[in-house]
Amino acid sequence: MNAPGKIDPNVRNFQINFGPQHPAAHGVLRLILELDGEIVERVDPHIGLLHRGTEKLIEAKTYLQAIPYFDRLDYVAPMNQEHAFCLAIERMLDITVPKRGQLIRVLYSEIGRILSHMLNVTTQALDVGALTPPLWGFEEREKLMMFYERASGSRMHAAYFRPGGVHQDLPRALVEDILAWTHTFPGFMDDLEGLLTDNRIFKQRNVDIGIVSLEDAWAWGFSGVMVRGSGAAWDLRKSQPYECYDELEFDIPIGKNCDNYDRYCIRMEEMRQSAEIMRQCCERLLKEAGPVSAVDNKIVPPKRGEMKRSMEALIHHFKLYTEGFHVPAGEIYAAVEAPKGEFGVYLVADGTNKPYRCKIRAPGFAHLQAMDFLCRGYMLADISAILGSLDIVFGEVDR
Amino acid sequence: MDETLKELGAHVKESLPDAVEEVIMSYGELTLVASAPEVIKVLTFLRDDPSCRFVSFIDICGVDWPQREKRFDVVYHLMSPTLNARIRVRVETDETTPVASATSVFAGAFWFEREAFDMYGILFSGHPELRRILTDYGFDGYPLRKDFPTTGLVEVRYDDERKRVVYEPVKLAQEFRSFDFLSPWEGPDYVLPGDEKATTPKAG
Repeated sequence: MNAPGKIDPNVRNFQINFGPQHPAAHGVLRLILELDGEIVERVDPHIGLLHRGTEKLIEAKTYLQAIPYFDRLDYVAPMNQEHAFCLAIERMLDITVPKRGQLIRVLYSEIGRILSHMLNVTTQALDVGALTPPLWGFEEREKLMMFYERASGSRMHAAYFRPGGVHQDLPRALVEDILAWTHTFPGFMDDLEGLLTDNRIFKQRNVDIGIVSLEDAWAWGFSGVMVRGSGAAWDLRKSQPYECYDELEFDIPIGKNCDNYDRYCIRMEEMRQSAEIMRQCCERLLKEAGPVSAVDNKIVPPKRGEMKRSMEALIHHFKLYTEGFHVPAGEIYAAVEAPKGEFGVYLVADGTNKPYRCKIRAPGFAHLQAMDFLCRGYMLADISAILGSLDIVFGEVDR
Repeated sequence: MDETLKELGAHVKESLPDAVEEVIMSYGELTLVASAPEVIKVLTFLRDDPSCRFVSFIDICGVDWPQREKRFDVVYHLMSPTLNARIRVRVETDETTPVASATSVFAGAFWFEREAFDMYGILFSGHPELRRILTDYGFDGYPLRKDFPTTGLVEVRYDDERKRVVYEPVKLAQEFRSFDFLSPWEGPDYVLPGDEKATTPKAG
């Protein structure tokens, strides 16, 4: 022991474990932090504690059986992941989704976006010390999960998007309820913004924290809100439109200060825009009728009613749920603008009924690897603010 | 879109005739097959050439083809926000030949290469920290290789007597079954039971 007041010449940096059980880690993340006083010198994230071997499992399943794995990746916005996988299969099989199916897909993708942003924004506020926002936000999420349940029978693991369209049509009452909800949502957003946007503590913890230039953002593989926060007017829904996004009206908010606070503002505005997209979808769904999935019975299973009367439908059903459909050999990369960024599926097919290789490109994985780059030189307390602003969910990072 | 990509492929092929072996267009996507030692040259060109500007790093992953002599594909995905286009670069390698690390070109290659190493055992030379990432501490084997069993090799449980977590060889109550469900009329190349009689010459 040194005598008091005498400085030890061998002062070493201090290493601490942040997690794997930490409320601000949003899951099972273990960060090894090297600290000089309270300044972060190095961050070494240890991930993989939630690794389930999704990609390996998919290789042993038929295409249809692989869909539920995608719900379990980013489990706060399940249908957006299914969407990327379905798009990849549809492009290889060259089938088109009917308009009503596209509208339902867009509607539920936007519900997923609000679910994810709502969780992220409010829990990030919790990480920096505000308790009320998650309590309010989760009430709204609960309503959205009810919409999930009424469409698919499941609050989270929906398996609702299928190659060729969606599993079932929506009842009219559900579309009306969603439409009614989109009218109440802006009022709720005003309340939530009242809690956070001009809050002194929230701003002190987030303004000018976690700055990343656009050039770095591209090179680190960032996408979604992370590049929009750095000033890129880039959103796959606008720049490489899929489904019927090009027929809908919405705006893409972008930031200019490249910090946590800008990313927060973007997420808030995106939620309002998503509700606006949902309103347009609901109005069209109430007016336009039609099939919700492609009619090719070699890919899309027949309806239950048909199976009771038609021998051919029964055979199709049996073949699709045992052998499944075959996808021609080749490779494809399909990406969607998931709430967290670009979620991509790189699919290699060998002509059989199972994927040969299915690489899942999760946006959170690319974002989390930059933790060391983003956090160096910031204070220990900023770690949780930056981590919250990256919007990490371990289901997709660890896969 | 297809035309732009075709021109782009021709442009890259022209500029780097030695490094790019083949230019493939399929499903409206552009794939460059590059020679493995030259991959850094290709990636740097794609990033810096004013008519490419593939500055956005998307993905690196491995694909295993065990029947091939060079069994692994390393697949790079890049995106150009200026052109609004995507590109795929593919190189081949085997278990022992390292591929040059792309971390010097794209900082984001860091974890993606670690993952390819972890899952397939693909080596990257010049990578700052090539260690396992997703698998357990002390994990043995490369799980995404086609010869690695889906059930894994060890299982883990908490031993109440020894008061710690123990690893044991995996015990299956029933063997892992993989049905191919392929229609026997559509050409799987195995002999169905009984079919061998059809080809054996009749005795006597």
